[in-house]
Amino acid sequence: MTRKFTDAAIAGIGQTEFSKASGRSELQLAAECAKAACDDAGISPHDIDGMITFTIDNSDEVNLARCLGVKDLAYTTRIPGGGAAAAATIYQAMAMVNAGLCNNVLIWRAMNERSQYRFGQNPQQQQMQYQSGNGTGSLLWCVPYGAMTPASWGALQAARYMHTYGVTNRDLAYVSVQQRAYAAKNPAAWFYGKPITIEDHQNSKWIQEPWLRLLDCCQESDGGVAILVTSLERARDLKQPPVKIVGATQSIPYNVEVISNYYHEDLTEMPEAKGVAKRLWAMTGLKPSDMQMAALYDAFTPHVLLQLEAFGFCKPGEAKDFVKGGGMAIDGALPVNTNGGLTGEAYIHGMNSMIEGVRQIRGSSYNQVTRRTVEHVLISSGMAGAVLEKA
Amino acid sequence: MSTPTDQAPAASAAPKPTRIPPIVTLDAKFFWDAADQEQFVGQKCCDCGLFTFPPRPMCPQCFSLNRQIVPLSGRGTVLGWTIPRHPQPFGFKESPIVAVIQLEEGIRMVSNVVGVGYDEIKADMPVEVAFEPTMNNHKVPVFRPRA
Repeated sequence: MTRKFTDAAIAGIGQTEFSKASGRSELQLAAECAKAACDDAGISPHDIDGMITFTIDNSDEVNLARCLGVKDLAYTTRIPGGGAAAAATIYQAMAMVNAGLCNNVLIWRAMNERSQYRFGQNPQQQQMQYQSGNGTGSLLWCVPYGAMTPASWGALQAARYMHTYGVTNRDLAYVSVQQRAYAAKNPAAWFYGKPITIEDHQNSKWIQEPWLRLLDCCQESDGGVAILVTSLERARDLKQPPVKIVGATQSIPYNVEVISNYYHEDLTEMPEAKGVAKRLWAMTGLKPSDMQMAALYDAFTPHVLLQLEAFGFCKPGEAKDFVKGGGMAIDGALPVNTNGGLTGEAYIHGMNSMIEGVRQIRGSSYNQVTRRTVEHVLISSGMAGAVLEKA
Repeated sequence: MSTPTDQAPAASAAPKPTRIPPIVTLDAKFFWDAADQEQFVGQKCCDCGLFTFPPRPMCPQCFSLNRQIVPLSGRGTVLGWTIPRHPQPFGFKESPIVAVIQLEEGIRMVSNVVGVGYDEIKADMPVEVAFEPTMNNHKVPVFRPRA
């Protein structure tokens, strides 16, 4: 077999409904969204030859392959770091296709994270689950101190940033309100038809005082999302307009860890996102002003601001003003999370916002950016990112 | 680990601690063992002198495996803090103040700031180490305001 560099593209996307109680197994959700992504691309699930998911996904590769009738699986891998690694699935799929190792790579994430178990609910059980590669370092050093939930770790991470730049909780409301406005127009969103006001945000209860209110936090959701990655050449012959993966990368700088990220030099920034940005802009030859939309991982609203700054859309400390001025709105400088994000649409560990980036390039979003032609979209999950391009 | 039962009988002399004890890994055992004795120690490289936290078996600067356990001053400042309101943290009757403490030795750790009101906690506040009991007869370092 000759080896050559092969450009990669996203040919298919699929999702289940997003709910609070799916009423079926996670494996079934995985199979349903995987089938939907294959149908979207116009390929048979039998021809999948690579599979990627998160380390913490509960569905087994072989069990899912059995559902889909996968004939010959050439490559499987899993990404550590929870949702922070979401975009690293695209990175790895790209690399597998670039290297000519696979032709049809299935990425999936399916979970009953609301109905079956809830993150941060039972620290005793969490202690049992401490294991490497899952971004659970927080459990070792935070749990005895009452920091037992992702919100507590996230707030502690955001605190120095917010303190230093005078970012108030009210400033964060603008992120939340904008994303709920997008969700309100997206029939797939849990909060479809339910926009909120700044006052609604300010009246929601404290989760982490004085940083995060309820409406700063992502949802807890049941559902599945899948992405089918193939070669650009092949994608051109399939059902959907091809979406080229023009670049993708990951960055875990020294002393950075997932969410309980308190040991690196400057706590007013997100060094992992800065590292992703540096490599991604170098790899693609593109810059922030070349992006017409961004899907930024928003487990908690401050992290949208931190990523806007890390990727160079705003100077340090200025993202709050960017957002307040309508920067992430549909006609703003950079529409962000037009599906409603993880707060407004659903929390499928970042995957649902990534496929919104694909829809924006295809021109099929319910909140389609029309002020400019969407040529490039940035996808970031903090520790990993990708740039998608209209091919 | 057993499920804690903190409904102590009326005759009990003092309420049983309800704070969850740390998960102890082999590389950090020295830290928690010392805390049980109300000693606050850190890990330093024998060869290049670099302090490391969280503890690790190799120095990331000179790759030495010669680790030494040294007393820390216990003095630091509050770099960032938060008050977990919902859900109420397991094992706490009132919300604790959780903080990232910048220690004099140049390392950081997550802990609690105790003996200070919710409206008194401030970034950069000077603090010093103290100890609080946990379930199963352990102790963990916490911090209180220092003049």
